[in-house]
Amino acid sequence: MKKGRFHIFGGQYIPETLMNPVIELEKAYEYYKNNPQFIRELDLLLKDYAGRPSLLYFAEKLSRDIGGAKIYLKREDLNHTGSHKINNVLGQALLAKKMGKTRLIAETGAGQHGVATATAAALMGMECQIFMGQEDTERQALNVFRMELLGAKVHTVTSGTRTLKDAVNETMREWVSRVEDTHYVLGSVMGPHPFPTMVRDFQKIIGREIKEQILQAEGRLPHVVVACIGGGSNAIGAFYEFIHDSEVTLIGCEAAGQGLDTAKNAATMAKGTVGIFHGMKSYFCQDRDGQIAPVYSISAGLDYPGVGPEHAMLRDMGRAQYVAIRDEEAVHAFEYLSRTEGIIPAIESAHALAQAIKIAGQMSPNQIVVVNLSGRGDKDVAQIARLKGVNSHE
Amino acid sequence: MNKTSDVFKKGKAFIPFITGGDPELDLTERLIVKMAEAGADLIEIGIPFSDPVAEGPTIQKANARALASGTTTDGIFHMLERVREQTDIPLALMTYANPVFVYGAEKFMERAARAQVCALIVPDLPLEERGELLPFCQEYGIDLIPLIAPTSQERISSIAKSASGFVYCVSSLGVTGVREDFSSSIEEMVDLVKKASKIPCAVGFGVSTPDQAKKIASFADGVIVGSAIVQIIEEHGLECIPYVKDYIRKMKKAIESLES
Repeated sequence: MKKGRFHIFGGQYIPETLMNPVIELEKAYEYYKNNPQFIRELDLLLKDYAGRPSLLYFAEKLSRDIGGAKIYLKREDLNHTGSHKINNVLGQALLAKKMGKTRLIAETGAGQHGVATATAAALMGMECQIFMGQEDTERQALNVFRMELLGAKVHTVTSGTRTLKDAVNETMREWVSRVEDTHYVLGSVMGPHPFPTMVRDFQKIIGREIKEQILQAEGRLPHVVVACIGGGSNAIGAFYEFIHDSEVTLIGCEAAGQGLDTAKNAATMAKGTVGIFHGMKSYFCQDRDGQIAPVYSISAGLDYPGVGPEHAMLRDMGRAQYVAIRDEEAVHAFEYLSRTEGIIPAIESAHALAQAIKIAGQMSPNQIVVVNLSGRGDKDVAQIARLKGVNSHE
Repeated sequence: MNKTSDVFKKGKAFIPFITGGDPELDLTERLIVKMAEAGADLIEIGIPFSDPVAEGPTIQKANARALASGTTTDGIFHMLERVREQTDIPLALMTYANPVFVYGAEKFMERAARAQVCALIVPDLPLEERGELLPFCQEYGIDLIPLIAPTSQERISSIAKSASGFVYCVSSLGVTGVREDFSSSIEEMVDLVKKASKIPCAVGFGVSTPDQAKKIASFADGVIVGSAIVQIIEEHGLECIPYVKDYIRKMKKAIESLES
């Protein structure tokens, strides 16, 4: 496989202005990833600051209620800042710092990646600018304030569909304008090489911990690992360690929105075709002319028309399965976990949970499903309240 | 058939850009003919894309207007074929990798060649990814125009050596759009290209006034102007033709004054 390629997927389809910055990033990453000092610093940050390892929790009550497989939850929601995003952000921010960069920029959908980036910038004394689609600043207003509280400047993106895709466009435009002192902290396993590989490497700790923890708890590997997928960083993080364990079924859950038979979904694997966008060749929701489709999901973090190139490869190889979960299924799982286990999951992670609920009931009690609970749901409470017609005085 | 390199044989070239279908394709057809009459040496037509990452707000809006009026890639090719009944002005297409890839690179070049398009500019296709389109461009005799940027430095030589048609020098960091000042390194960039190859250099991104055009033409082989023209189209809509013609005459004159 060519460098930066996952079979035919991946690549570096970016403006010439960004080529040298990306090459410089790749060189720095290749150097520091094997540098003992860097590894030590990052490990310390992940442990003492982010709170790793995150717990692998046996959801006994939930499992019993469903009456099938044992469901374990990988509690990425318990990380500092409340999601898996911090794993990648600490890695990239530390790398940027080593490279002499003084300014971090990032896109965000639900706000989780923006909050994580603003947090790392505060910790490391770097300037931070976050780009967020207007639709998302409205549905995730609290996260906007949270980022500002952390010292970041939040730019409301009003171009295009005003969601995650447009936030990525705007962050790329910002990076093209100012590359010298600025690092673009891409939040998912997408974009041009080396981002898909580097972000996966920073996230693969999730799956590595799952493996250790499940072996300790059960003395065997899980039958299924389930994760939600927008760009795909928490999913690849959970899957990567298991790719060569062919007996482990890997399932990515994308957003079916209001349904695959409607135009209102973000189901790239189910409905997309191969294209070139945001620096990579992968699957995208698009029309016959290659215009990127305006996608939709209740979840701002899954509201993205593409998917990371490594997932595109895993799908074509048949190594991972990708299913689409509707808004209402995710909302049901969101409420169900809250009531049965006292854990409010992010609406993104609730997509993975919905799939686990579907399959666990058809599995036997001696089988194991691990759900990557990628984030906590505090940020979604107001939106779910609105959906339910509750006035939360927000 | 037109050759891109011929564009630069008569002297310094003025290269205006408009987005195809902004605000509708019939206007684009008339504009091309009138811009040719007004002195354009090569006309760059943008195929609109939903997410033009290299563009500033002016051309982003033009892309949105063009898509809103139902412009398709096929529509652009049909329009260009009608243009060919009226003028033999050299034409270049500019678009992003995805519209070409999804249309089918071979079919795209075949249609472009039929409309006697001589060059293709794809801002998100750097040297490393040229292989995606280059074989089809070569098969149909279309120059795939590479871009160089102020950050290109040591890459300039290999880009210039592998180029055909001309090299598109991006004047400054950032996206397209009218600018007051340029990076002082443009002249150096052009020099580095010239050291590596005899290929003509055209400079674009941010150029809008006759003075700027004149200054750039003093060291480059061509001047590319996009946002300034798109602004006139935005302002005057379907009535824009006389204003665009005036502007092109003025710019062409500024560039020519240098040569006399």
